[in-house]
Amino acid sequence: MFWFVPSAQANTFMPPAASEVAQQVSYLYGFMLIVSVISFVILIGGMLYFLHKYKRKTANDKTPYISHNHTLEFIWSFIPFVIFLVCFAWGAYIYLEMRDFKENALEVHVYGKKWVWEFEYKDGRRITPTVGDQGQQVPSTMVVPIDTPIKLLMTSIKVTPEDKAVLHSFYVPAFRIKQDLVPGRFSALGFTATKLGTFQVFCTEFCGTGHSTMMALIKVVSKEDFDKWVLGDDSSGGGKEVTLVDKGKQAYAKWACIGCHTLDGKAGTGPTWKGLYGATRNFNDGTSATADENYIRESIWEPNKRISKGYEPNKMPAFKGMVSEEEIMAIIEFMKTVK
Amino acid sequence: MAGSGTSYLQHGKGLWSWLTSLDHKRIGLLYFFSVSFFFLLGGIFALLIRLELFKSGALFPPDLYNKFMTYHGAMMVFFVIIPGIPAILGNFFLPLQIGAKDVAFPRVNLMSWYCLMGGFFLAASTLLMGRNGGWIGGVDGGWTFYTPYSISFKPATVVMALAVFVAGFSSILTGVNFVATVHRLRAPGMTMNRIPLFVWAIYSTAILQVLATPILGITVLLLAMENIFNIGIFDPELGGDPVLFQHFFWFYSHPAVYIMVLPAMGIISEVITAFSKKTIFGYTAIAYSSVAIAAISFLVWGHHMFTSGQSEVIGITFSVLTMLVGVPTAIKLFNWIATLYGGSIQFASPMLYVLGFMFIFTIGGITGIYLATLATDIHFHDTYFVVAHFHYVMVGGTLMAIMAGAYYWLPKMIGKMYKESLARLSFVFIFIGFNVTFFPQFVLGNMGMPRRYHDYLPGYESLNKISTSGSWLIAIGFIIAAYSIIQAILYGPKAPMNPWGAKTLEWTTQSPPPHENFETTPTVTAGPYEYR
Repeated sequence: MFWFVPSAQANTFMPPAASEVAQQVSYLYGFMLIVSVISFVILIGGMLYFLHKYKRKTANDKTPYISHNHTLEFIWSFIPFVIFLVCFAWGAYIYLEMRDFKENALEVHVYGKKWVWEFEYKDGRRITPTVGDQGQQVPSTMVVPIDTPIKLLMTSIKVTPEDKAVLHSFYVPAFRIKQDLVPGRFSALGFTATKLGTFQVFCTEFCGTGHSTMMALIKVVSKEDFDKWVLGDDSSGGGKEVTLVDKGKQAYAKWACIGCHTLDGKAGTGPTWKGLYGATRNFNDGTSATADENYIRESIWEPNKRISKGYEPNKMPAFKGMVSEEEIMAIIEFMKTVK
Repeated sequence: MAGSGTSYLQHGKGLWSWLTSLDHKRIGLLYFFSVSFFFLLGGIFALLIRLELFKSGALFPPDLYNKFMTYHGAMMVFFVIIPGIPAILGNFFLPLQIGAKDVAFPRVNLMSWYCLMGGFFLAASTLLMGRNGGWIGGVDGGWTFYTPYSISFKPATVVMALAVFVAGFSSILTGVNFVATVHRLRAPGMTMNRIPLFVWAIYSTAILQVLATPILGITVLLLAMENIFNIGIFDPELGGDPVLFQHFFWFYSHPAVYIMVLPAMGIISEVITAFSKKTIFGYTAIAYSSVAIAAISFLVWGHHMFTSGQSEVIGITFSVLTMLVGVPTAIKLFNWIATLYGGSIQFASPMLYVLGFMFIFTIGGITGIYLATLATDIHFHDTYFVVAHFHYVMVGGTLMAIMAGAYYWLPKMIGKMYKESLARLSFVFIFIGFNVTFFPQFVLGNMGMPRRYHDYLPGYESLNKISTSGSWLIAIGFIIAAYSIIQAILYGPKAPMNPWGAKTLEWTTQSPPPHENFETTPTVTAGPYEYR
């Protein structure tokens, strides 16, 4: 069905640990496995021993009347409790590391739609599934450099205007990472690959007919090879697209943002875009929020939902259904350059 | 009124007397036959799922497979495991075990059976609702019906939601009935500290049913309203939030997991004492840990959503709360094993099923910790590891306990004995088949195979083959079990009043019991497991 099945993917007990976090998860998993086996042997072994030793001998066997034993009961409540807490703390620690996105991370945008993955780089290069030499489907392949923090910004999009965007989930077994893609929202996922090679991506949130074929690949290359790939020097033919910043600039003009939002910090009908990305916004209702991807999407699609202090509602039209998720991503890239 | 002494089976004749019966025992049997039928349907869907997954490459079209998977889940969860133990065995034995003549509200009890049947017919009707108004149809979003995918099936999703809503009332009404019965109808001397642990378990479950099921009802109503009136609640295009649905759904469905498992734990306590002729170790700990599980279970739903996009703080909170629910569960396992110590253990078929439960439920419980731990859950979430885990808990736990309970109480229910050899043979097939089916799925999950896949990469094939062959062993086991029950009903020798020498009240009346259970209301002077 697929032209390429990464060899080490499905033949071992666990997929190879190919990211920084995966290595840590493996240690925790190993610890839990050992503790589980010991607990299982104590419980079931104890049970089997009693079954053997106290097998009914006659119909009138007398049995001791033991109603409880507080010391024993305390011990077997407390020990599992401590083990559970260790698992929790260790797991939470790794999880926080997983969710700690590095400032200097290389950003790749991930779009999930029925039933393909598409990847977009800031230089404008968009990776979609292609057709191979023998007519077989070649899934989208994300190329990333080794030992470099990567941040994926992901959302679920529609195939056609009549279509409904649904949930997907981006799962890389070898990296031990997974995150849902929710329509109308940007979610983030980070990793640092530590092994060269090609790794499988699955969709793990049920999304309909093509759910089980919604796969992609991640190709981890050396930093030098990645630089060549970025420049299009490696026969991939890339590197000549319009960058996201430029696309965002075009959108800024095309949707007439320019009429109300200045780039030089001057006040307009709406807030200036200068230094807007990442800033704290204070709203009329007294709440505040950081101007991140989700906030900016909301401000474009449903501008009246939260109005910044000093501005009036109902000045800006709602661009929902007009400005696409991809354009919003480009606009954000452009905003980041306006400092 | 027929005088006491006539069995409840002879009290009134004909189908109509059954369909309008207010006797809790007859209603229990009505549930028994209908739930068995639902189980057969759900089981056929399960076999079809495993057949498709026998090898890499498609056998059925993907949409058809997705429907098998959805109806298997919906049928088994909403129509088999949730009503299973409380409605069949709880209905039959809760009043008997506390020395009551019937449940508190017999008419409500009958009505709850009709609610379940109504829900079933609504659910079945969705098979006739195609996506584009065609006649061949059905929903395929999985039993969880996550939005926005599930909304794309109109009108089938709305009708399915309605089915779950109606069936939910069966659960709520049964719960109300049991709580009232336990509080108001205990025989003289039957204090709360003397009620059998099965009653404690059903009682805790009943509280969950009353408190949690309305949330499901509200959720599916909101889903229906969104579909009919286009109010934005879960659909992002209408301004709704799909993750909100997941919160609502699991706010019910996590407590529901304990609705499924607590009654099973009650059966284990009954059977393990009867067949080791020994009092239960730690009555109070077991009774209160049931209540503790019921209480904490309301605070852990977010562990189904670690990858959904909820914040890190919420993820960590739910992870630690989930660990807490593991403690009372572990306590119960230790208590049961301690009960065996010094006992006089008889390996009769109900006891074999209980030992099978202990083996399987221990694995189910331990693997639950992997899913409660954040870092490992991120890897295992929505893979076959989860599928294996919840089948170990739900099927291995609840189903083994249902079988234990069925063989334990069958002589009392129908007044006939079954063939022990057949019952044991069914256990061998079900126990081995179950482990052959589901243990490889843990490994598949380790290897990263996602769940709800209609087809998979060739590397996953060998384990899937093992898993599918196990499913056939389970099927054989249940065919043998069904045969042994039918054989007992038709040809079984008459059962004595107390074939196991157990001490709870239901064994002090004749088999099968008379219409109003006891010739004279019993007076209780001691605890339920006085093996001295």
